[in-house]
Amino acid sequence: MSPDVRLPGLVLRTRSDRLSVRMHTRSAVVVAALVVLCAAIAVMTLGAGDYPIPAVDVVRTLLGAGTPVTDFIVLELRLPRLVTALAVGVALGASGAVFQSVTRNPLGSPDIIGFTTGASTGALLAIIAIGAGLPGQAAGAMIGGLLSATVVYLLARRGGVHSYRLVIVGIGVQALLTSTNTYLLVRSNINDAQRAALWLAGSLNARGWGHAALAAIAVALLLPAVLLLGPRNRMLELGDDLARALGVAVEPARLGLIAAGVGLAAGAAAAAGPIAFVALAAPQLARRLTRATGPGVLPAAAMGALLLVASDLIGQHALPDMQVPVGLVTSCLGGGYLVWLLARRQARAGRRRAWRPGRRTGAAA
Amino acid sequence: MSQVDLYGEELTLAYEQRVVARQLGVRIPPNSFTVLVGPNACGKSTLLRALAGLLRPTAGAVYLDGQVITRYPAKQVARRLGLLPQTAVVPDGITVADLVARGRYPHQRLLRQWSAEDEAAVSAAMAATRVTELADRVVDELSGGQRQRVWLAMVLAQQTNLLLLDEPTTFLDIAHQVEVLDLCADLHEHGDRTLVAVLHDLNQAARYATHLIVMSDGAVVAEGEPAEVLTAELVSKVFGLDCQIIPDPQTGTPMVVPAARRRSDRRFEFPPVIGPDGVGRRTVASRTPARG
Repeated sequence: MSPDVRLPGLVLRTRSDRLSVRMHTRSAVVVAALVVLCAAIAVMTLGAGDYPIPAVDVVRTLLGAGTPVTDFIVLELRLPRLVTALAVGVALGASGAVFQSVTRNPLGSPDIIGFTTGASTGALLAIIAIGAGLPGQAAGAMIGGLLSATVVYLLARRGGVHSYRLVIVGIGVQALLTSTNTYLLVRSNINDAQRAALWLAGSLNARGWGHAALAAIAVALLLPAVLLLGPRNRMLELGDDLARALGVAVEPARLGLIAAGVGLAAGAAAAAGPIAFVALAAPQLARRLTRATGPGVLPAAAMGALLLVASDLIGQHALPDMQVPVGLVTSCLGGGYLVWLLARRQARAGRRRAWRPGRRTGAAA
Repeated sequence: MSQVDLYGEELTLAYEQRVVARQLGVRIPPNSFTVLVGPNACGKSTLLRALAGLLRPTAGAVYLDGQVITRYPAKQVARRLGLLPQTAVVPDGITVADLVARGRYPHQRLLRQWSAEDEAAVSAAMAATRVTELADRVVDELSGGQRQRVWLAMVLAQQTNLLLLDEPTTFLDIAHQVEVLDLCADLHEHGDRTLVAVLHDLNQAARYATHLIVMSDGAVVAEGEPAEVLTAELVSKVFGLDCQIIPDPQTGTPMVVPAARRRSDRRFEFPPVIGPDGVGRRTVASRTPARG
């Protein structure tokens, strides 16, 4: 009998061997830790503001034992915004993980197939052409994003979608949409332009239960779908031919993943506008922590939620008398961290390269 | 395990508009170690993809156990037939055990993610390819020969009677090529398996194959036992190479010795750099100035 090979991870199995579940232990720990951190920041966010509420009272209010005043402030005023932030963060993180995995590119995100630019076009049209308020902007963003993603997918499709073609067509369509957006902004009057600029920054200001619901419904429907497609997605990482040879229906699996990823991004954009960098950075940051092979969906989703609630807390309260749109904070935090990360890796790789030839010559001599 | 029967009839194979083969018929003898050889772009890999059910023929059909292969559910094909394509990608940062474990996908279900059977199959596959000690290593850091053994372990973990290997020795140095082919021969001899491999080296093909299929320009031009098939006329016709066939001093199988050039006044502009994998050939070559 050959010696047993132990796989990293935790395996749960019924005695009959009929059912079994396997998970990456470190990923599970990371997700749990991120959720705890998220909860802590959520309590801080709900307590902070012009009328500060101690954490104990926040928790009591959430459990349904608050005073009428705390009920009003926490549940009516602050909770919708927090739930929006959490749901948008989860949606963006999960969507980013899906796209990085499908395009096999660590810089993949829903932006890559023109989603975000298309959503912006939709929202700008809603603001400038119809003079729509927040609900109209949400609808415009959703329609614009879904439409542009569909167009990119159909154009990139020719006997199967290859990730690089998706990226290239995405860049082309994005360029067209970006110029359209600029044109719309230039032609609009100053009031509309200001509202448009605020939307384009990505903001959680004045978000109510309607917005929270948009993002939360997207998450509730599509996150399970993405998780169900997870095993197939892991097979796609081996290349299309091998995935197919191992019994994966490659095209339907990829279409399903892209559709779910776009749907998640659409929910997020409708609720909060184009929030930069979360979809890009969350999977990478999570992966540094989990040390797993691919960008895991759940760790990325939890990291996205953490990034967004933390950024919103900073945006609301870091500067006195001024609220910074959450999109700007995520850009600064996520972008800065990513640059630091890449610079550090480059430095390490550089040292390794410098050292290697010497060793190899030694071996050859 | 029962033997698998695989053949293709009147196949027309094409990528979009470009037709690679017409009216191609081929049968893989059960229990054989079949090797496909032929010049570049003759359609070997295309045929292999069609035999694995990855490429749907424009006309004709591939039959697996008497039924058209594309009619089976994909996972059912994957439980009978394993393929190692040239395009296989090593996921970033994956460990050996994890990669081999992915070969179990066709046997897994939503709530049957890692059964005792999976574990036993992976352990056996890794022992057979001697990669057990590498279990926790990252695949990217392995040598070419080790990596190819890991890929073979992954296909073995699939537990199919039929293995299709697309150029398993490409990019390996000579020692690793022999190592991989010896392993294939072992897998063929012990374990009731049929192997089909695309190879480039005719001498290796002649040594290891029990059944040789020679292709040229999308057609099978000869097949059978290597000793009968491999003749100087065939090599001249198919590869356009003048050669002499002598018995391999080790095995007695046919050995192709290309005819010598009569005279050459062409000097090497760049001296050739040879050596085993990983000793720094590319580094040396890139730093050597052109001669003359």
